[in-house]
Amino acid sequence: MGLFFHIGRYASFMGSVLRRPEQGAVFRKLLVEEMNAIGLQSLGIVALLSVFMGAVICIQTAHQIGGWIPVYTIGFTVRQTMILEFSPTLIPVILAGKVGSNIASQLGTMRVTEQIDALEIMGVNSAGYLVLPKMIAALTCIPFLVILSMALGIGAGMWVGVSTGVSSAADFEYGMQIDFNAFDVTYALIKTCVFALIISSVSAYHGYFTSGGALEVGRSSTKAVVYAVVIVMVANLLLTQMLLG
Amino acid sequence: MIEIDNVSKSFGDQIVLRDISAQFHPGKVNFIIGRSGSGKSVLTKCTVGLLEPDQGHVTYDGRNFTEMNRRGRKAVRQEIGMLFQGSALFDSMTVAENVMFPLRMFSDATEAEMRDRAAFCLERVELTHATDKFPSELSGGMQKRVGIARAIAMNPKYLFCDEPNSGLDPQTAIVIDNLIGDLTREFNMTTVVVSHDMNSVMEASDFIHFVHQGQIAWHGPTSEILTAKSEALNEFIFASKIMRELRKTVS
Repeated sequence: MGLFFHIGRYASFMGSVLRRPEQGAVFRKLLVEEMNAIGLQSLGIVALLSVFMGAVICIQTAHQIGGWIPVYTIGFTVRQTMILEFSPTLIPVILAGKVGSNIASQLGTMRVTEQIDALEIMGVNSAGYLVLPKMIAALTCIPFLVILSMALGIGAGMWVGVSTGVSSAADFEYGMQIDFNAFDVTYALIKTCVFALIISSVSAYHGYFTSGGALEVGRSSTKAVVYAVVIVMVANLLLTQMLLG
Repeated sequence: MIEIDNVSKSFGDQIVLRDISAQFHPGKVNFIIGRSGSGKSVLTKCTVGLLEPDQGHVTYDGRNFTEMNRRGRKAVRQEIGMLFQGSALFDSMTVAENVMFPLRMFSDATEAEMRDRAAFCLERVELTHATDKFPSELSGGMQKRVGIARAIAMNPKYLFCDEPNSGLDPQTAIVIDNLIGDLTREFNMTTVVVSHDMNSVMEASDFIHFVHQGQIAWHGPTSEILTAKSEALNEFIFASKIMRELRKTVS
């Protein structure tokens, strides 16, 4: 099916998702569950990756700087890499794999076992009921995960830099503070919010429109991750050009 | 009464329903029977609005469901209960939560009132002992009964059952058939059952619509089915040895 078919169906799907929830209390309960699934249950993987990535960036930068490049560049590079690209882009890409596949497979399974039909028959707006809490949970939790990732990555970089002797704590701190532009963080968070919406909605779209059986649920899950990552990458380029270009 | 008027439905080049008209009577168990692929499930999905007919319309007690807007359809759907072939229970909820779900979404009942209603519905299907179990902990027959309890939770005017006996042993199937019949009469619902199980048809139906090649090839009361003159229907109902024996007995 053509690209325009999917764009049209996605727009229509989003129209259903963004309707007012039928029951506020039910919506709030689902939102808390989704925040737990998307946010809290991703803390471990985000923390682990950020710590190792910050440490590796520190060692690589130290390896590359020669005698004429000041040592504080290590702190500067770790900060800029974590804030501008690693945390706001790579963490959502990783979450597209973890959260996106989970959303797609959950909705796909509900589709093929007629649970979504059951919701529709009852008169429930199934798209809104199932997807809106996931999107809002992603929109609120992923930025927090990204901020945490920035802090942990920079902290780990500093710890590794100091403990391996490639930089003193003072040099690293100086590098961290030099030429700091608060808009970089704003830029990172704008990107993150857009990516969070892309990951949750694209995954939900693929899961919601699954048809067939277990094989198709698996395919939808894979497609959800692939499409979400590709769209995140394209959006990354466009947003970077728009905000920093 | 549910009325289907001149409904047609195609998927690409494949015509599934051809200008079908039918009436489903209130307080009766109306069966839609036919061979696999004959179009009976598509007819049901068009009737409840899970599929849009290409032409024709469906009316619920005179209300044109096909041409209703989203809000109108939502109101009618709250009068519909449906038992799905695979039960379609929500995996993440207990039996009681599944039954309470439509009440939670669409009624102003308090938690205690919802629990009372769920207990009543589960008692009706003899599953009070399974209240706190999850669907995965239940047998196929128990899942069907929970599906029925959920379907009647909102006290529906219309009950749809898609292959209610598929995958069940004959004894459990009879329990489900009888339950559907009893509930239909008790709540005066317009019940529509899709099935190809002749045991079920003979056990529970009041009226029958036989779908063949996308058309209603025969319809009438159950008492007339064994003497019907439709060749396609006779091939369908007398396919098994036991039904051929029954025909001999009747004739």
